[in-house]
Amino acid sequence: MHAFAYARPTTLAEAVALLEVHGPEARLLAGGTDLVVRLRDGTARPSVVIDVKRIAELRPAIRQVGGHLVISAGTVMTDVMEDEQVRRHFPALVEAAEVVGSVQIRNRATLAGNICNASPAADTAPPLLVYGAEVVAHGAAGTRRIGLDEFFVRSGETTLEPGELLTAIELPLPARRMGAAHVRRTRRRGHDLASVTLCCGVDEAGVTRIAYGSVGPRPVRAIDESGTLADSAAPADAKAAVFERMFAAASPSPRSMRASPEYRLAMLRVLGARALATAIERLAGRERP
Amino acid sequence: MIPTYPIELSVNGRRRRVDVAAHHSLLDILRDDLELTGTKECCLVGECGACTVILDGRTVDSCLVLAVEADGAEITTVEGLAAAGQVSPLQQAFLDRGAVQCGFCIPGQLISAHVLLAGNPHPTVGEIQESLAGNLCRCGCYEQITDAVLATAEEAER
Amino acid sequence: MSRARIGGSPNRVGGIGRVTGSQQYVADIRLPDVLEAKLVTIDCARARIISIDTTAALALPGVRLIMTAADLPRPVPRFGPKFHDRPVLAVGETNYHGEPVAIVAAETKDTAEEAARLVRVEYEELPAVFTLAAALDPAAPLVKDPALRPNDPLAGTNVIREHHFGWGDVTIASADVVVENTYTFPMVTHFAIEPHAFMAAPDGAGIAIWSTIQHPYVLQKTIASLLGMPLAKVRVYCPDLGGGFGGKQQPKLEPLIAFTALRAGRPVRLVLTLEETFQAVRRAAVEIRVRTGCLSDGTLAFQDIESNFLIGAYVEDADRVVEKSNYMACGPYRVPASRIVARTVLSHTTPSCSMRGIGTPQVTWAVESNLNECAYVLGLDPVEFRLHNLARMGEAFIPGDTPADGRWDQVVHKAAEMIGWGSPLLPGRGRGLALGIKSGPTTGLSYSTVRLLADGSVIIFVGTSDMGQGARTVFAQIAADELGAPLDWVTVVMGDTAIVPYDQQTSASRSTVLMGNAVLAACREIQAKVRGMAARLHGLDEASIVVEHGVVRLPGRDVPIIEVLRPGLGPLGGELVGNGEARKDADPSHPLSGAPVFFEFNCTAIEATVDEETGDVVIVRHVTVSDVGKALNPLQVTMQDEGAAIMGLGHTLMEQYIFDEGGRIRNLGAIDYRIPTSMDLPLEMLSAIVENADGPGPYGAKGMSEGAVLCVAPAVAAAVRQATGVAIRDLPLTPERVWRALRDRPIP
Repeated sequence: MHAFAYARPTTLAEAVALLEVHGPEARLLAGGTDLVVRLRDGTARPSVVIDVKRIAELRPAIRQVGGHLVISAGTVMTDVMEDEQVRRHFPALVEAAEVVGSVQIRNRATLAGNICNASPAADTAPPLLVYGAEVVAHGAAGTRRIGLDEFFVRSGETTLEPGELLTAIELPLPARRMGAAHVRRTRRRGHDLASVTLCCGVDEAGVTRIAYGSVGPRPVRAIDESGTLADSAAPADAKAAVFERMFAAASPSPRSMRASPEYRLAMLRVLGARALATAIERLAGRERP
Repeated sequence: MIPTYPIELSVNGRRRRVDVAAHHSLLDILRDDLELTGTKECCLVGECGACTVILDGRTVDSCLVLAVEADGAEITTVEGLAAAGQVSPLQQAFLDRGAVQCGFCIPGQLISAHVLLAGNPHPTVGEIQESLAGNLCRCGCYEQITDAVLATAEEAER
Repeated sequence: MSRARIGGSPNRVGGIGRVTGSQQYVADIRLPDVLEAKLVTIDCARARIISIDTTAALALPGVRLIMTAADLPRPVPRFGPKFHDRPVLAVGETNYHGEPVAIVAAETKDTAEEAARLVRVEYEELPAVFTLAAALDPAAPLVKDPALRPNDPLAGTNVIREHHFGWGDVTIASADVVVENTYTFPMVTHFAIEPHAFMAAPDGAGIAIWSTIQHPYVLQKTIASLLGMPLAKVRVYCPDLGGGFGGKQQPKLEPLIAFTALRAGRPVRLVLTLEETFQAVRRAAVEIRVRTGCLSDGTLAFQDIESNFLIGAYVEDADRVVEKSNYMACGPYRVPASRIVARTVLSHTTPSCSMRGIGTPQVTWAVESNLNECAYVLGLDPVEFRLHNLARMGEAFIPGDTPADGRWDQVVHKAAEMIGWGSPLLPGRGRGLALGIKSGPTTGLSYSTVRLLADGSVIIFVGTSDMGQGARTVFAQIAADELGAPLDWVTVVMGDTAIVPYDQQTSASRSTVLMGNAVLAACREIQAKVRGMAARLHGLDEASIVVEHGVVRLPGRDVPIIEVLRPGLGPLGGELVGNGEARKDADPSHPLSGAPVFFEFNCTAIEATVDEETGDVVIVRHVTVSDVGKALNPLQVTMQDEGAAIMGLGHTLMEQYIFDEGGRIRNLGAIDYRIPTSMDLPLEMLSAIVENADGPGPYGAKGMSEGAVLCVAPAVAAAVRQATGVAIRDLPLTPERVWRALRDRPIP
């Protein structure tokens, strides 16, 4: 690894000030499971690494605030998976967090870091999108909220401005009952990066939300408000037409080593159908544990 | 001159002080500075688990933790799983059940299994396999490793 | 105590060090004053090196030495087991992605890494070949200069050797059914969890080398030859390896480290990254066309096999891989006529070398898959089809060669029983079965020295390397049993050529048989001395005394050896030393330079289910049965067989190198090269052995540890075929490949 300096701010203000000073020469370090790999292979060459883990405001925490579940930026996947509130309200997020790497990875990787790394294959992105997550960004100009559907630009790039860092992820507590499922395609049953990652949520008003990743530069969310997908009795070709519309934005890269575009597009449809069926079962409370 | 940072951490119950460069990993300082070579180096990308240690009660790939991040932390390595000259029931079970072939992955496997049993004294086969999925074994000892963990759990119950 | 005996499963000798972390692998050994080394490579497979500028790198504080080919003796030394073709450093040209062009030695790892980055190599990419099709094209660029192959009719090609085996005449052999298919097997790599590590230190007038080497005496000889030193001045230390699987057999970077250490006058250490190991070692990829002829009753009529092995830029032992595995391509059957043409084809890729099973998994993939297809075409049960043609014990299945040395039918029956062959299958499931046979060693030379000390404890010296297969334990068991010592009173000394007598090599599952026999012979020599002692002590005729299994059988009573040893040695004490040798000389008239000492035989049966929408293959039950002669340590046998089976699942379901158009490996490292994890196991794994004490090793043992990897792939593919109706002839059976095959299958 190239050498770099290390900063360990203890307040948000300190962190923001450091970002102001160092600009693009700085990289933020949370769990390190993405950044350290890049530091080692040379794709990240910062002159200073800013460790966010000691920032008081970002300490791991999952709290209900107003009508939201607020997950602080320091919260790791293991915390997300095991939190009783997440398990109750956002089970598909638990499913996704459970497959991010191995136990060792999940003990370090933060939900915030996973999002900010902006891999199109980030497994937590689809459920967060289905659940309508927002992120809280803080910079010298203050705090703002960004809907997750407006957060991802392309691999490695988000709509965070220079000098901003992500302080929390906010999930609106569901106003309607929802059944949701996260599924993905990998090359083996053991931990792997996804070739397709998808979440489907169906709510009691018949609205179906599907979010998917690893089939284009960023995760995509599509919504079906017609009620067609949610309706088990709807004809197959009507459902197929809705799926086609929802998957139209998929444009998998032909350069990928993990799977061909053909396979990914076909699996998108397979996973979509499977996740939909599970979501409907869960909504009805019929799914056997 | 590369800046160094003084860190203080507890390793296997012993307080250690080291001056480290920011770009050195916890794995680097365990092996090179503290001469605890039981923790192994293999993939360096957090995939194989040969470098697994316990950091503040949780298993981590020490190759992905910068040494500076471990300031103030409590670390346990394979050398700390039993008192000198002794082996823990888990270590003994690994030997008794044939879970050890070339041995290179074993420190990481033991650390992962140790933490699993601490939090889940009666794991199922599926839970063991999932908890240890981040510890690759090319000799293919997975079945025997699972047996050893189960045997340890059963023995502890008695 | 009885657990330590032969056939018991005492705990692994050396196990304590592995579970406490105290065992020192090469990378754990630090010498004072050691320099850290880093290789300089270019991001290109084949290139002409125009210049190497080390100025900036040398200016870095802490850099002690940078070596390029220009700093080596002229002509640049080359080495290799058969073809001395591999240069110590690239000379004027690189021939594969990752071939070292320079080496940096510095005070710290950081400095070495930084300096390596600062070395400026100017190069020009050259046309190169990375696939069989490209390498065999008449207009292909040549990997090896024809000028270096005088009198070689193949000099103008990339075929370094073409082997012809067979018997009878396939052109006139008649068959009712002929099945012809082409099969491919990808490049895969060993991926031992311990990356290769090397260290060299000047040692007086000689040199000391530490290496993760499987063949320490081969390394010793190579270094002695390259450096012009006598063998006695080259000391190779070979601590227990963290996995070898064939990828650590032959010297690779030790010569370079040795030259560097001598030039620097200090120890030099190099530990490869995992990515560098992928660039250093791999299994040969193959394309094999099999044409099998059968009579309608299932009797094999002929096998006509054309086998192309894509090896790397330097031959290493790759030609031996081709020769040994293709010689046996017809498998363990009665085949009236056969023609096998096997080509060793050079390419500008990572040098391939032996990997568990040598080249047999690749050949078996093709030939057994084709046999399953024959059974299918003929409407015959695949198990019956095998048994119908299987060579019987004592039958020569390769004319003039070592006959079948086991009750292989028992192996097949057992596997069939364990998989529930013939019982009803759940919908969506399929079963498949395949046989695998591999030649054991064809030559051998192992020496062992055993010392029985005055208190009855034992020290044994064995030159085998223990890379996890448990050699240490087995030899200790033999000595413990023969000399009547408790197992923990036996010390096994390995891994030091200055102390331990010569052993040819550790490979081909040879060690239990060859080194085991040497240990046994050494123990028997000691037993003979004990017998003489007993005769003198008791005033008896030696002929009336038998010494065996730690016991002296006097007329009328048995006494433990120690009760003769103590009085026998008398007040001066001392010890008894025994030396043993196991030797099998080369036979130049044999195509393999010697008939196999034994065969490894395995039957693998698989039950699988396929998710037809995604292509996922789930192994519901994996049965593996091997013929081992005698399991000296049954637990270790199980561990080796199940481990080999899992490794076989790796190349069957998920492992492959992925290249770009420029011959660069894209999936270097652990993130995109997938091997089985604990979550990728068959839902049920069952292993068993057949033991008839019919092997040439101690107590009737045969070698084992490779059998279970040989025929996993054809068994899985057959199960997939039964479950889905689709025959797939290319590995790995990734979900995408299976999905594609299902999608493209003809509609009935």
